[in-house]
Amino acid sequence: MSEAADSRIPVTVLTGYLGAGKTTLLNRILSENHGTRYAVIVNEFGEIGIDNDLLVESDEEVYEMNNGCICCTVRGDLIRTVENLMKRKGAFDAIIVETTGVADPAPVAQTFFMDDDVREAAKLDAVVAVVDARHVQQRLKDTKEAEDQIAFSDVILLNKTDLVSAEELVGVEAAIRKINPYAKIHHTERCQIEIGDVLDRGAFELDRILDLDPEFLKKAEHAHDHECGPDCDHDHHHHGHDHGHAHDHDHPDHECGPDCDHDHEDTHSVKSFSFTAGDLEPKVFFDWINQVTQIQGPNILRMKGILAFKDDPQRYVVQGIHMIVEGNHQRDWKDDEKRESRIVFIGRELDGAALKTAFEACVAE
Amino acid sequence: MPVTAPLDTDGFVVSATFLGDVAAFASGEGSVFFAGGPETQTPVHKNGLLCATPSLDGKALITGGGDGKICKVSADGSVEELAEQPRKWIDLIAAGPQDSVAFASGRTAWVRLKTGEIKEFQLPRAFAGLAFAPKGMRLAASRYDGVTLFWVNAAGDPQELSWKGAHGLVTYSPDGKYLVTTMQENALHGWRLADSQDMRMTGYPAKVKSVSWSAKNKYLATSGAQAAILWPFTGKSGPMGQAPLELGVRGDSMVTTVCCHPQEEMLAIGYQDGMVMAVRFHDNAEVLLRRPGAGPVSALAWDKKGNRLAFGTEEGAAGVITLVD
Repeated sequence: MSEAADSRIPVTVLTGYLGAGKTTLLNRILSENHGTRYAVIVNEFGEIGIDNDLLVESDEEVYEMNNGCICCTVRGDLIRTVENLMKRKGAFDAIIVETTGVADPAPVAQTFFMDDDVREAAKLDAVVAVVDARHVQQRLKDTKEAEDQIAFSDVILLNKTDLVSAEELVGVEAAIRKINPYAKIHHTERCQIEIGDVLDRGAFELDRILDLDPEFLKKAEHAHDHECGPDCDHDHHHHGHDHGHAHDHDHPDHECGPDCDHDHEDTHSVKSFSFTAGDLEPKVFFDWINQVTQIQGPNILRMKGILAFKDDPQRYVVQGIHMIVEGNHQRDWKDDEKRESRIVFIGRELDGAALKTAFEACVAE
Repeated sequence: MPVTAPLDTDGFVVSATFLGDVAAFASGEGSVFFAGGPETQTPVHKNGLLCATPSLDGKALITGGGDGKICKVSADGSVEELAEQPRKWIDLIAAGPQDSVAFASGRTAWVRLKTGEIKEFQLPRAFAGLAFAPKGMRLAASRYDGVTLFWVNAAGDPQELSWKGAHGLVTYSPDGKYLVTTMQENALHGWRLADSQDMRMTGYPAKVKSVSWSAKNKYLATSGAQAAILWPFTGKSGPMGQAPLELGVRGDSMVTTVCCHPQEEMLAIGYQDGMVMAVRFHDNAEVLLRRPGAGPVSALAWDKKGNRLAFGTEEGAAGVITLVD
């Protein structure tokens, strides 16, 4: 698909556990005077005021693609709804998909990559999660979905901050960071947020993946003075950096952020791992990333990377959902920019040490 | 030379149909447009028109929309509301014998009988396609992992035809011997109904979204490739072990819509780029009927004699091409 002639309808996926405040956010988006007409796909017709917007009810029908791959799932209802909406082209400018509290966002996102018709008509903009600051810790303990939703998000509204103490909030944010270090987190009360912080994020657009993610970019600068990223510095409750691996500073380093928690009591099954390295050997990297996503695809929720390939003047960006990986050249490395390769994996049962070793083996001689 | 009478509809042309001499174009924006009759446009649905099919007698167009209504639109522009399911998007519709109409939304389908009585049918997953058997009040419903055949009037358990995967459109062969579905993956699946024998028809580069049975029941024409693919349904096993015909091959555009001539072994083919061609089966002779432009062809229909062809595109261009006066 050519980027220049991209007339596809942007889609925002709104997720979050039951009672977190999704409907409040939706109401805000719809009632604000922004001139954009939305088609809203919901699971149940609720009390949403929708004077000028299209509201479509939709079941959550997950289909396995018939290719024998268990993680290649799409939402059949979404395919159909988007097809129907396309018959009304001109009646709306953007689509919002609200998922139920227990929904897995992966099949939603995959639908926009795996179904040709949907991919032609619509493009995923971002996954936005509303998280209840007061109850999320409990949800993370007793459900898999709450964790998946955080892991999958590009933007997180840490909502109901007025119901927790400042200290609790730090703990909650740390817990979120441990699952997903690169989502943009906003603290909100009653989902008070600038609409622009939620919509039109371009989080799945390769050339914008990292612009949205200042922390991800910043990390590299601090990599050598041993600052543990956006996460470890909040993580007071569990350890004092006594993990088993060495921090050798003369080497492209594993950042002891989200993955510092190897040997501590930890109820989260989703973890993130981020690694940095210098110039990579492209063939070695692609062989590895293909293999890793083929084999561990079901466990990889999101993957994002920005890469420097040997003898390549351009930055290469890559992203993945389960087994779907896409990548492309983004732009030239700037003169004042350090050529560095960075990659983040967010997933379940991932072997961080093995990923790190394999990633570092891609470094060009 | 074919002569084209163009028509501008305001939206995606969901279907084209001849109601006698009048061509009717159902527009996704909610109206039905007419060519060749007294009416030019009739508003039918408030929240978009999502599906339309001609009644079996060919006298009316049955439509379903985002307003939950099912309407019967005649060539004179009159609209009769047949049923309503408030707050449902009706996006599947099939016309049946004895003026019956089947329609569905999500996991529920309804059949409205001539008397106005409405029967309800449920599936555990969403209905994906509806088709009446050519004989008898039997309704085929495609779904995830197969097709369910409901008896509309008789009691008794529905028959299940299973095949893993998500099925889309469903169609009976006109002789009632075969049932074919399009699939979410780039393939067709078929069953020989006498013994539920499965048949897979694969090799498409894209999803099949349009199917049409040829006159005399010999071929099933399909979209989904850079040519129209026609599977032979002659002989005992249908297309099994036989190669399909490939008509109207183009290197630069995909076939989006197919429509077999009502009498001749000839096919109208609509392409992604808006081109329309007529192609003869036996020698692949081609006639260009419309040049590319104004979006993918989304609807095609021959009149009863096969003298005129109505077409419509996703961008709202439409028209009637007269081949024989």
